[in-house]
Amino acid sequence: MKAVYRKVFGIGLQDTFVYRWNFLIRSLSGVVPLLGTVLLWKSVCAANNQVSDYSFSAMVCYFVGVLVVENLASPTEDEWRIASEIREGQISAILIKPISYLGYRLTLFLSYRFLYTIVTLPVVALVLWFLSEHIQWPEQWWTWFFFGMALIGSALIQFFIAYSLAMLAFWFLEVSTLIFILYSFEYFFGGRVFPLDLLSPRIQSVLQWTPFPYELFFPVQVFLERATGAALIRGFGFQWLWVGITAAVARFLWSKGLKRYQAAGG
Amino acid sequence: MMRYLHIYAWLVRNSLIREMSFKANFLLWTLVELLWFLGQILFIDVLFSHIERIGDWSKWEVVALVGTHQVISQVSQAFFYNNLTQLPELVRTGKLDLLLTLPIDAQFAVSLKHFGFDNLFNSFLGLGFVGYALCQLEVSWDAWRFLAYSCAVLIGVSVHYSVLFGLSLMCFWMTRAQGIVYAYFNLFNIGRYPVNVFQGGFRWFFCWIVPVILVANVPTRFLTQSVPGSGVIDGGLGPLCIGALLCLAATRMLWKHALRRYSSASS
Repeated sequence: MKAVYRKVFGIGLQDTFVYRWNFLIRSLSGVVPLLGTVLLWKSVCAANNQVSDYSFSAMVCYFVGVLVVENLASPTEDEWRIASEIREGQISAILIKPISYLGYRLTLFLSYRFLYTIVTLPVVALVLWFLSEHIQWPEQWWTWFFFGMALIGSALIQFFIAYSLAMLAFWFLEVSTLIFILYSFEYFFGGRVFPLDLLSPRIQSVLQWTPFPYELFFPVQVFLERATGAALIRGFGFQWLWVGITAAVARFLWSKGLKRYQAAGG
Repeated sequence: MMRYLHIYAWLVRNSLIREMSFKANFLLWTLVELLWFLGQILFIDVLFSHIERIGDWSKWEVVALVGTHQVISQVSQAFFYNNLTQLPELVRTGKLDLLLTLPIDAQFAVSLKHFGFDNLFNSFLGLGFVGYALCQLEVSWDAWRFLAYSCAVLIGVSVHYSVLFGLSLMCFWMTRAQGIVYAYFNLFNIGRYPVNVFQGGFRWFFCWIVPVILVANVPTRFLTQSVPGSGVIDGGLGPLCIGALLCLAATRMLWKHALRRYSSASS
């Protein structure tokens, strides 16, 4: 890692530290819907024993997994900040420096995630402890390795999508609606609300061609050792294909957008 | 009172003019809310393709519940959301000064300045889903149901208002308070589930202290219960009323208290 990116990482940490109370409020209040979900499935599973092939404990594991992956890999404010930097002309300050904007932003993203994870660690630990009787840890050691890889893939896809959306600020003044529209797809088809294998096989086979399942659902499946063998290989294939595609789109939009850039206010 | 109504009519007029000058944006926001609502319906559909009931709630009762939740949250967002989420910014930049000096109640000005028309459309959509669910359930259409429903919905709106207002008041103590928006959505997230899903301390807290669980459940029960008029009090209207009044009073006091802390940055 070049020294300049190490510096950027440090700046990101300092900058994010201002938001520590936000992080805490956000993750603390995030426990409420999680407990709501757990109670919903508890009541559903009490009457039906099993939903599809999820027992109550498996369902709890799934949603705790989603919480962990989300904390580690989902961008929180990056797209808003990038969009506002473009709109307000602040990227001029970066353009004149010998540093790539994508690299700069990716480093900031990593340092945000790092600090966010640390600040919200007590909350996540509390949830894990509270639900510990249901948590099933991986049986094979290599699951940890695959989970790490799926996590990195997920973080990269989510970051590149957020970055690409923010690039639209070169063309439109107001991008928050576009961000929210895509976010709604990520929310429901990423597996945030329910495990995607509850969907009918036909819908699932369409969804696997989109990037969404590889953001939350796939990493959690890997961790729960529900994706093994051919499914694991296919999952990684699709996931890293999407990492490549979203990265290419991000770079393309940046180079196109820069030609239109007027450095407002700069 | 008349004076405030008159002022509010002007505020709504201004909001409409502003909305119409950004038509594409207005349509896109409507689409955003629509997608989120349809996602919820999708979830119910997926869930009920695997099970028959949640507790004693059938599929269409849950659809009516989610529709009602949509109506209440969209109506409250139409009136208050854009205003209250602006509060942290007003406090941080010191622009709150302007609103404080107006010859009207400052809480009124802070809460109601802008009216969101896009939310209004989506609350009608929620109402449509409730109506469709009622047809599926074949309940009797009598006046009291709808009277009780409307009352409970209005009380629910006031609960939404107090929770969002209370959360945004946090900005007087912390300078960067963007986290509050997430807290609001996270809290009301559980309001879409049937009340008998919840148990123990969790249920007690969210029924009696911050009655977010009751907000959509109580009105839905009025619509779907088979014997009209039974259990108006123990059906939760009592706790909901008390809870709503307490929340309103508590946030009013917090607001007065917060204003005394306000240091008016930059002026």
